[in-house]
Amino acid sequence: MSTTTPAKPAESVGNFLDERFGASKVTKSFARKIFPDHWSFMLGEIALYSFIILLLTGTFLTFFYIPSTGTTIYHGPYVTLQGQTVSEAFNSTMRLSFEVRGGLLIRQIHHWAALIFVVAIIVHMFRIFFTGAFRKPRELNWAIGVTLAMIAVFEGFLGYSLPDDLLSGNGLRIASGIILAIPVVGSYISFFLFGGQFPGEAFIPRIYTIHVLLLPAIMLALITFHLILVVVHKHTQYPKPGRTNDNVVGYPLMPIYMAKAGGFFFIVFGVTALMAAIFTINPIWLYGSYDPSPIGAGAQPDFYMGFMDGAVRLTPGILEFNAFGHTVSANIILPALILPGVLTTVAILYPWIESWVSGDKREHHLLDRPRNVPTRTGLGVMAATFYIVLWISGGNDIIATHLHLSINDITHSLRALAIVLPPITYLITKRICLGLQRKDRELVLHGRETGRVFRTEDGEVFELHAPLSAQDRWLLVQFENQYPAELPPAVDANGVRLRGGRLNSLRHRVGKFYFEDRIAPVTPAELAAAQHHGHEELSAGGGDQPAVSGHEQAAVSDHEHPADSSSGTETVLK
Amino acid sequence: MSNSDDGHGASELVPRPDQLPERFDNPGLPPHQHRMADTDPRAAKRAERQVAGLFLLSIGGTLLMIVSYFVVKLSPGLGFVAFFDRLRLSNQLLGIGLAISLLGIGIGAVHWAKTLMPDEERVEYRHLQRGTDEDRAQAASLLKLGAAESGLGRRPLIRNTLIGALALFPLPGLILLRDTGPMPGNKLRTTIWKAGTRIEFDQPGGGLVKASDLTIGSVVHVMPEGINNLDDAIEERAKAAVLLIRIEPELLASASVPDSYAGIVAYSKICTHMGCPVALYEQQTHHLLCPCHQSTFDVTKNCKVIFGPAKRPLPQLAITVDAEGYLVAKGPFTQPVGPSFWERG
Repeated sequence: MSTTTPAKPAESVGNFLDERFGASKVTKSFARKIFPDHWSFMLGEIALYSFIILLLTGTFLTFFYIPSTGTTIYHGPYVTLQGQTVSEAFNSTMRLSFEVRGGLLIRQIHHWAALIFVVAIIVHMFRIFFTGAFRKPRELNWAIGVTLAMIAVFEGFLGYSLPDDLLSGNGLRIASGIILAIPVVGSYISFFLFGGQFPGEAFIPRIYTIHVLLLPAIMLALITFHLILVVVHKHTQYPKPGRTNDNVVGYPLMPIYMAKAGGFFFIVFGVTALMAAIFTINPIWLYGSYDPSPIGAGAQPDFYMGFMDGAVRLTPGILEFNAFGHTVSANIILPALILPGVLTTVAILYPWIESWVSGDKREHHLLDRPRNVPTRTGLGVMAATFYIVLWISGGNDIIATHLHLSINDITHSLRALAIVLPPITYLITKRICLGLQRKDRELVLHGRETGRVFRTEDGEVFELHAPLSAQDRWLLVQFENQYPAELPPAVDANGVRLRGGRLNSLRHRVGKFYFEDRIAPVTPAELAAAQHHGHEELSAGGGDQPAVSGHEQAAVSDHEHPADSSSGTETVLK
Repeated sequence: MSNSDDGHGASELVPRPDQLPERFDNPGLPPHQHRMADTDPRAAKRAERQVAGLFLLSIGGTLLMIVSYFVVKLSPGLGFVAFFDRLRLSNQLLGIGLAISLLGIGIGAVHWAKTLMPDEERVEYRHLQRGTDEDRAQAASLLKLGAAESGLGRRPLIRNTLIGALALFPLPGLILLRDTGPMPGNKLRTTIWKAGTRIEFDQPGGGLVKASDLTIGSVVHVMPEGINNLDDAIEERAKAAVLLIRIEPELLASASVPDSYAGIVAYSKICTHMGCPVALYEQQTHHLLCPCHQSTFDVTKNCKVIFGPAKRPLPQLAITVDAEGYLVAKGPFTQPVGPSFWERG
């Protein structure tokens, strides 16, 4: 216990906190915690900050929004709707937008932040995927992230249903259609959720509670756990000289990341505010209060529902069938329930699938360059392509009206593209990755182009190549070569069949699919051989190949930097 | 990873291939490069002024927001266009003020960190997530001790009854949800249409529909008479919405003729796919298009699905005229309207 009188207020606050819960220990371990720097690490930050913005602005909205389907007559300043019967929910959203100063701004910030939130999550997720940041020990955190992404989409859908406008009402109508399609219990679930027939009076207060309390609480808990795990694992880093799997190289939390990450929160908030100031979003006054009979042409959900909407649009109606006196709407269940379910499950399980295939059970803290894992990168692009084609399909009517094309032709084409395009992009991406890896090898083996042209006594002209410095070379040679898992023998020494033989052979086959096409990193021996080869060619005068690094040895030292080789040019050209 | 596994170094000396390491060594952190502000006091001073300037800008943005909150008033008596201009102005000034206030702080802080705070990279070491073997053995023995003290293994009666109790106890929670809504009953199968129900326009003011109100090629959105006076008007409207379409009688499919009147056919407006209103009618092709998922129904083929994700045709409502010449329903819908459901059959 301290008995000395603290000299400064900061000291006295510190003393107070330390004596209450040992703040000095926490500070000791966190104040100078190192975080690595990279722009792609800010994607998750954008998601986090959008969530905070959503909490702040959402709280403001609840002060004015009335979660009730009770009807009232609109008397506000928006002339077109005056005298119409509208719901309290719609009326209060109109009042919030038109009569509360700054209400429209906060509502628009909330809506834009919701879109940014989901975009940031999705892009963040792809960053994690392509760089292999989901590998051990981060598999659980990946699963939490995927779960958060799904909840975020659902939360967004509930949020834009709350104003009870015509567009959101039709969205809910579709939701009820999906629920009705669930075999056996669909009608009951729909009647229990809506408190009777669609739309009923219960859905607004119920959705409201789920939107402002239940899901945010779950998300907050998951986000907290997500971040605790980031701290426990320490952040991943990109491979660069000096960075290993056993260290983390970067800047301390205090003061650098407090300023950078704290500042970035204000930047994200500021940009969202600017968007809300300038771009109108969800102008419910144009749609009017919900009524099940009218609808506007070109009905579009928020972007994150687009892929599901697109999948529904593409699935042909013939899939619905009757069996044993019951209707099975496979045309709805398949795209609206099974597809998102399968996508989420596969995404959550992916880290374990990959580690099962590779047999790699080590911890990984150094990120992969996507090109060095061609199959994974190809699969990721394949998934992204499928998602994007479905998302575009969600706007097939908009494409038709804007480009004056037949909606039928567009839909038929998109059906074909959804099946054909993903495998094609997989192959192309994989080839691009392998090509980039070959280019990396070339660069290491033969050095970089110097822009200096060299003429031999015989009049032969070629460009000089300078070997990479050890620093520059490292990024290109640091990755590991991956092999398919070895196929264990199917029988033991006594000729008895071992268990799991079939699983092993499946694993072996998948492993071959994953790792058969690969480019190994250059080894020091290969580099030495390439340089040696170059020397011989020079001395033999064999200059057929313009790009041989050995020519260079005479002119440029190994460590010379591109920037300071200008003076050499003249010398050589003479 | 084997970045620094092997102790080989100095591979720059002319080595023989068999003496080379299998992999390149991690060359270690590159030498630090100083920024302008580290070496030039004037650059540092400049950066300091820039950061302070950004913070001052933020103060300006906050003031702009506060001032425009009080100056730009959303007075209702302005008239439509003027009110909208005022609303836009208020939204923009408040939003831009807020944005400047936030961006000034944000960009200022980041600029400060990037130009003036130390930028030497530091190294921290990682440790395996896994505890040491000793830790693990200790944890395992603690758990075993705890489990043994609880006696769960030795007393299967307690264990099994506990499992049973835990398995059952969520049930009341589930049952409590029962009263969230009534049973569907026949609600999904019925609408308020019945024999003799007159047809009114689905628009403010309503008005009953006569056959003469429809010219050939026209389409009218209608509801059963009096629907808006019901307590559950909106739920009934969600099922009973109907489209009246008049086309040349000879174009109608023979199956739809008996239920039509003088080329006027009545079809449910609720899509058989997911229940959106099928509100888009293309006069030339006699196609009805649902704007939600583009299911297309052909009026000349008894509203059969000719494209899109719906399966079933739009149910037809049999109509005729009554003694006073008003269009009326001949009877209720003969099949459920709207999206499919399990019990539909």
